[in-house]
Amino acid sequence: MEYWLPVIWFGVIGFGVLMYVLLDGFVLGLGILAPFAEDEGQLDHMMNTAAPIWDGNETWLVLGGAGLLAAFPKAYALVLSALYLPVLLMLIALVFRGVAFEFRFKARRAKPAWGAAFALGSIFCAFAQGLILGAIVEGMPMQEGKYVGGVFDWFSPFSMLTGAAVVFGYALLGSTWLILKTDGRMQLIARTLARPLVLVVAVFIGLVSAWLPFLDSRIMARWFEGGNFYWLFPVPLLVIGNAYALWRAVMREGNDAQPFVYALLFFVLGFLGLVLGIWPNIVPGLSIWDAASPPSSQGFVLAGLVVLLPAILGYTYWSYRVFRGKIAADAGYH
Amino acid sequence: MDALLLSRIQFGFVISFHILFPAFTIGLASWLAFVEWRWLRTRDTLWRDLYFFWTKVFAVSFGMGVVSGIVMSFQFGTNWAVLSEQAGNILGPLLSYEVLTAFFLEATFLGVMLFGWSRVKERMHFLATCMVALGTLISTFWIISANSWMQTPAGYKIVEGVFEPDSWWAIVFNPSFPYRLAHMVLAAFITTCFVIGGVAASYLLRGVHVEAGKRMLKAAVIFAAITVPAQVFVGDLHGLNVREHQPIKVAAMEAHWESGAPGEGVPLILFAVPNEKAERNDYEIAVPKLGSLILTHTLDGDIQPLKSVPASERPPVKPVFYAFRIMVGLGVAMLLLVLFSLWQWWRGRLYQSRAALWGWRVLTLSGFVALLSGWYVVEIGRQPYVIYGLLRTADAVSPIAAASVMTSLIVFAVVYFVVFGAGIGYLVKLIRKGPHPHEPPPRNEQGEKTAARPLSLPDESSEADA
Repeated sequence: MEYWLPVIWFGVIGFGVLMYVLLDGFVLGLGILAPFAEDEGQLDHMMNTAAPIWDGNETWLVLGGAGLLAAFPKAYALVLSALYLPVLLMLIALVFRGVAFEFRFKARRAKPAWGAAFALGSIFCAFAQGLILGAIVEGMPMQEGKYVGGVFDWFSPFSMLTGAAVVFGYALLGSTWLILKTDGRMQLIARTLARPLVLVVAVFIGLVSAWLPFLDSRIMARWFEGGNFYWLFPVPLLVIGNAYALWRAVMREGNDAQPFVYALLFFVLGFLGLVLGIWPNIVPGLSIWDAASPPSSQGFVLAGLVVLLPAILGYTYWSYRVFRGKIAADAGYH
Repeated sequence: MDALLLSRIQFGFVISFHILFPAFTIGLASWLAFVEWRWLRTRDTLWRDLYFFWTKVFAVSFGMGVVSGIVMSFQFGTNWAVLSEQAGNILGPLLSYEVLTAFFLEATFLGVMLFGWSRVKERMHFLATCMVALGTLISTFWIISANSWMQTPAGYKIVEGVFEPDSWWAIVFNPSFPYRLAHMVLAAFITTCFVIGGVAASYLLRGVHVEAGKRMLKAAVIFAAITVPAQVFVGDLHGLNVREHQPIKVAAMEAHWESGAPGEGVPLILFAVPNEKAERNDYEIAVPKLGSLILTHTLDGDIQPLKSVPASERPPVKPVFYAFRIMVGLGVAMLLLVLFSLWQWWRGRLYQSRAALWGWRVLTLSGFVALLSGWYVVEIGRQPYVIYGLLRTADAVSPIAAASVMTSLIVFAVVYFVVFGAGIGYLVKLIRKGPHPHEPPPRNEQGEKTAARPLSLPDESSEADA
């Protein structure tokens, strides 16, 4: 148990973060694409596609935070205090993005202002999340598990790159979600945006991957250790294949779900690549066993998780079923 | 100012803002479940109008609770890293259970509740409302458990300076938990009750939405007649429990510096200005022995005085003493109003009594003030500890730069005033406008080709005719 519980929890936290990235990723993507809406009505339309489900999607982030505190308290304390300002940026951006969903439809004069809050909140939130990811992958100066770096240590060319990559990645998710949930003019705009985004995101994945082996944290060292490369190399090949399939699906009429599925797969593959690199650390230099809470803590939550997680996935699926189908452009009550 | 003081101000600020919204939505969710049940049972369209009206208020309040709550879930790591490291083994699992059993439930079923009116069957919709209400209560259970554990830690062992769980049963159901859970749930219900009654009274005084106003006022009086006396009873039990586990907190609540001669008992101080330097009260007005009667249920019982411990072990006396008096004072005012309203109702004059209507109108927001005051008593009263008797607040702060915290504090202050100021503005407009008579159901019967409209249900812009 001393060995396996942290391993299971690494998987659980990874799953929670992945769910968050996929589900809130496309909602944040809607906000990132908001400036491309041609008028307030189109922005209404975009936001309507996610209105009933965004709150549940965002809850995965809270699960990530609480789960990290429960299972790896040392990592939670280290990461959040080291990345104080990027976390602050993410939280403030989330506040604006979240309330924009509610206030924009209550406002008249201030409606464009809340539209801007939705767009800027989403863009800054995505950028901050990419920045946090980059800073964690790069590693942080610590002694005996405590952060000893400065206020701006997270600022680096690499973290700026990952920040930008996540913004474009979420935009891609958002555009394929719109292909799925809208039709007509809105869908055409989404298709037109999705194509260049596929290319941009593929380039970002290439840049980040090429950079990883040169980081001090040697996070990707395992990719090239011994014979690892030979059984890991299908991952990059899958990424390339998936990018090509996505590129083609985006413009193909008839199966509107396909682009979204390929875009999700894009993220799953990229996420797997990073997780394989970080393993068995939770933060470079801090192994999952060193950061773990005792088995009595990890086991207590795991016992409930086994029952609750399937239930959550079940009713989440049900709510997506309830709101399935295309969302009409003139929905709403004006 | 150092990172510690700034972090404390920041935590106090963000949690004070946050608690207002859940405190309101806990009660409101149950109220909505009640209203929808009445609609399904009676098919009286006034109930349905009330349901749609309060749903809009709920959606805006809940949204503000969600975004301010996300900030809370990261505060422990950003500003209280040492607390997280040393007590994460215990607090983390409790918060995780809150997310798993409550947050997902609320968030998912809220979508169906707000947008699913014509996409699911009536019973399913009612179930969604009930799930949201249940979620708010489950959430209260876990967060109060975590907070209570920090007040009255139990079921733990300390291994190399870190708290480890020994018995989860003892942790979850720690000694102060049942009292504090009951006290908080009742406080939330009462807060909502007085908002509903206050809104109803202002409609009746303005002569608008008269039928809706009468129905809401009647419901508010009935629910308040149950919850307010219950709160007096629970509050008393809670007080006895605090006296047992945190006697110095009670001493600060009563500004009780030293005990008198044996048998003299403790007076009840009605007014005083606690003087922490001289360790006494100035301008004190007190009723002899009444304090003993309330705190110990005897005439000559004593409580542990402040001076029995060194000043470094005492909480700040003034804020605890004043906040406690505000809470109790408002509680008494609520109780009197409820009794007066019942008397007027019995005389058949509830809707005509301007005194009763004005009373409700004046006390509309009294629940929020009482609830915040109560939390200040709890949280300031546990100082200088964050985990009572075991971990000092001063030792729990993150190793962060004061400039960072100063930045975040300013940013939070500005953003919260802008965002929640606007949100509260929208709430006031919604409430001033009141329920639409015979509100049409959401226009999404056409099946899949429709969307529900984000968090505003069937309404037009509230600025439209404001």
